[in-house]
Amino acid sequence: MENIAAKLLWTFLGLLIVLNWGMLKTSLIRKIVARVGGRYGIRWYQPWINLIKLYGTRGQLSHGVMFYLGPVFRIAGGIGLFLFMPLIFGDPRWSNFAFAGDLILLLYFKFFGMLGMALGAGEGGHPYSAIGVSRGLSQYTAVEIPFTLGIIALAVQYDTLSLTEMVAAQQGGIANWTIVTNPIASAALLFSMLGIFMHAPFDLVKAPNEIPIGPPTEYHASYLGVLRTNAAILHITEAILFMNLLFGGANNWIELIIKTFLIYFITVFIGVVFPRFRIEQSVRFFFGVPLILGLLAIILIM
Amino acid sequence: MSEETKHNNQPENTEETNKFPKAHLQKRTVYSPDGEKIEVDPLQDYYLQDRPERRDPRYRAVEKFLNWARSESLWILGFGTGCGSIELPPLTTPRFDAFRFGIAMRPTPRQSNLFIISGYLSIKTLKRAIRSYEQMPDPKYVVALGSCTINGGMYFDSYNTINRLDKYMPVDVYIAGCMPRPEALIAGFNKLKQKIKEGRAEGANEYVQRFDEYKANQKQIIKDWNMPDYNW
Repeated sequence: MENIAAKLLWTFLGLLIVLNWGMLKTSLIRKIVARVGGRYGIRWYQPWINLIKLYGTRGQLSHGVMFYLGPVFRIAGGIGLFLFMPLIFGDPRWSNFAFAGDLILLLYFKFFGMLGMALGAGEGGHPYSAIGVSRGLSQYTAVEIPFTLGIIALAVQYDTLSLTEMVAAQQGGIANWTIVTNPIASAALLFSMLGIFMHAPFDLVKAPNEIPIGPPTEYHASYLGVLRTNAAILHITEAILFMNLLFGGANNWIELIIKTFLIYFITVFIGVVFPRFRIEQSVRFFFGVPLILGLLAIILIM
Repeated sequence: MSEETKHNNQPENTEETNKFPKAHLQKRTVYSPDGEKIEVDPLQDYYLQDRPERRDPRYRAVEKFLNWARSESLWILGFGTGCGSIELPPLTTPRFDAFRFGIAMRPTPRQSNLFIISGYLSIKTLKRAIRSYEQMPDPKYVVALGSCTINGGMYFDSYNTINRLDKYMPVDVYIAGCMPRPEALIAGFNKLKQKIKEGRAEGANEYVQRFDEYKANQKQIIKDWNMPDYNW
């Protein structure tokens, strides 16, 4: 597209839609879990109220420069991931800044926010933050190996590093989706998806009721607001990534919303069924079946 | 380590050990492996030592909107004191379900804006309650649950509990009873919401305004004051 201003405007609009859909998804999931438990649950607009309250909190203090930069890095990681993610297939307005090698860049951005948050939470000085950070980084290291192996298998299969071309190759019905054409790499990616979304049984980073809330223990007011904003963007963007990789992308916004919700719901569903893993159990899990599946996918595609 | 030496290593509870700042918090000089001299002041690293400031509402219309958001999003600090804390968990059950009123539990004082003192406060707990209260970012609200927080209740002549909570921190809403049921708690939350929406719940500013008075009351009852005066 020749007009960069129009491009930026469309991207910003897409970001707003994804942000609000992420907030709505949060309340929908909580509402579903509440209804299963026989409760009425939170109001559907509660996440927006929480966000307004957090940004409007008067008292705010800082533990240092890195503490301040932690949430900034985190949201930079989330928005960076969004910027290079093609949303709707076949529509140049909604393909953001996707380019030929965007898959490699996306892998980078996924880790960027996490590292920034680790440094920031470390400066907060709370012992629970440090425990949460060490758990998060060791688990993510274990998750990333099957995830990267699966992505390399797909890159070899489709002979491209561009997400848009991968989606293009999956058009024309469910029979062309990666989950059907390459089930082994898909299985490795879906296993690592559980670790990436960090729901139970892999929620020991925040570990409610154990280390109260992990890395963000000291974050409050607008720091927490930024983290919440980022969580809404990041969850949906990661779900879009898996939708593009495995489930044939989306041709319109309705399809995108339904697919991302179902993809996210897989992890929630598994989360309510299984209890929490300890860190060594979770690392051992990802070095087991998912890693073997990832290696198998590479060997079979060669 | 034998049982005896273990016992000897315990700090004795004397005037000397309870002094603030303790030895490991004293200012000192350390040398790095390269011989570099580093001044360490742990007090500066561990505690924030500014005297609190008043943070008044600025723009009336904005503040009205924010007060609405604050009242509809009350995050309770998960800090149970006394027997009343047994009345808090039922709030999350299907029978009472406080989530539909925008009420949620938070595990850390930094993220919560509502402190429920749920029953009697022993002197030992008062110290922790003050630290937690001061760490909460303002605007913050206090709900006092049960008769014990009003006049001491059945512990009115106890040597180890305080009788009137509002001598030590500003209280927004009292819920009387021994014990008040969760319905009473929800009624109290609604009262608090109304108060916040009217802009009358400025407890944090009141605490700053009468800071010296509150500190004098607190220090009168807490004999082993081994923490800094400001905890935020």
